Amino acid sequence: MRRVVVTGIGTVNALAQDVPGTFAALAEGRCGIGPLGFRDADRLTVRVGAEVRDWHPDLDPAQLPLYDRVTQYALVAGAEAMAMADLPDGLGMRAGVILGTAAGGIQTWEDSYRAVFADGKSRVSPLTVPRLMHNAPASHLSIRHGLTGPVLSVSSACASANHAMGLALQQIRAGAADVMVTGGSEAMLCFGGVKAWEGLRVLAPDTCRPFSLGRKGMVIGDGAGVLVFEAEEHARARGAKVLAEVAGFAMCADAGDIVAPDPDSAARAMQAALADADLDPQDIGYLNAHGTGTLANDRSESAAIRQVFGPHGPPVSSTKSMHGHAIGATGALEAVACLLALTQAVIPPTVGFQAADPDCALDLVVTTARAAHVEAVLSNAFAFGGLNAVIAFRKV
Amino acid sequence: MIPRADIEAAVIAILAKELLLPPAEIALDARIEDLGLDSLGKVEAIFALEERFGITIPFNANEPDQPDFDFVSVPGIVAGVERLLAQAPA
Repeated sequence: MRRVVVTGIGTVNALAQDVPGTFAALAEGRCGIGPLGFRDADRLTVRVGAEVRDWHPDLDPAQLPLYDRVTQYALVAGAEAMAMADLPDGLGMRAGVILGTAAGGIQTWEDSYRAVFADGKSRVSPLTVPRLMHNAPASHLSIRHGLTGPVLSVSSACASANHAMGLALQQIRAGAADVMVTGGSEAMLCFGGVKAWEGLRVLAPDTCRPFSLGRKGMVIGDGAGVLVFEAEEHARARGAKVLAEVAGFAMCADAGDIVAPDPDSAARAMQAALADADLDPQDIGYLNAHGTGTLANDRSESAAIRQVFGPHGPPVSSTKSMHGHAIGATGALEAVACLLALTQAVIPPTVGFQAADPDCALDLVVTTARAAHVEAVLSNAFAFGGLNAVIAFRKV
Repeated sequence: MIPRADIEAAVIAILAKELLLPPAEIALDARIEDLGLDSLGKVEAIFALEERFGITIPFNANEPDQPDFDFVSVPGIVAGVERLLAQAPA
């Protein structure tokens, strides 16, 4: 089976609009959560989020009207990742894009409905459909970089990016491509996006405190993470700088409740990812948890981690406490955090932590980063719908 | 002011609809956990109460002790709705 490596990463999120800034923020334990600034935010019950602020993307002004924010984030993160990977021209059908998003161009839906329902207009922008379609970010990345192989979007709520990366890994392993641009993008922070989440009563009014007593729920974030996955022999042959190995992936379904998590199923996903990566539990030096900060997830995930790793498991943190829960992009932002641990020997913390919860008895890295030599990492994503997707990266 | 009996009847009707039970099977002192209402049923019932009475219920599923709104029993919900109605601008 072909080994797959990471040769480029890029990101836009509430902490920073590139990888060096994001690495620095994660290492400092900075929190990107703040008051929401978009239109009609004053009509929301929950008014905090991890927004991408001061957004002035370096994108072609002639093309910008075609891009919902979900596409803009993907293109800017993608440009950073592609510059880092420095791929040769002419990959053609040997390179593709698989990108996750949960809500696609939700702001574009909102704008068009506002126009016809609230403002009484009789027409909407002709660019509405190409802006809002879920595959717009993946397609624009393919257009921008001339990638003509497998290109598609993956939508599985909070696990979208992990599923996308897993499928990208499988494309390369199976020989269907040599290079896959992957990750996720999300721009859910608009009035309708937050209003929909409010109804589930799971959003925190203050901040996100995963695994901590006093946690009040999740905080939505925006942004994109884009990673360049490449067959190892392809990367080595061209002398590319290799950041890490994409060691393994597994996905499974609870086939139970549509929203409530299932710890046994989550444990099975982690065990299967370890097996796929040919790793033992004790090889894992850092686990980036799904860690949403809800009562239900954090309890269930803690039980699942203990089931897989026993009472003396690896260091765990949830970086959602800093970049927010970027829903369909979150797995990609967390992959960037995993690469910080693997390449810089820095385990990013869970910030906002107040006190240990006996229901979440883990080796939690809280408040400040921990220096640690990390050989391999696991990153969890557990979605509504009972979908679990776990990815493993290994040091090279 | 809405009589307490009317609030009780509305609370029971809303819970009955979520639980697919005849309202007569829900006792006036029933506990929500004993009724078997799941988490989505709970947020749907809260939404229905808000729409029925024109109130905003400060309920967060992540706070186990539910400091802002007691959703543990029928009397707790009725008292909570009464309190919010009394606070609501006329």
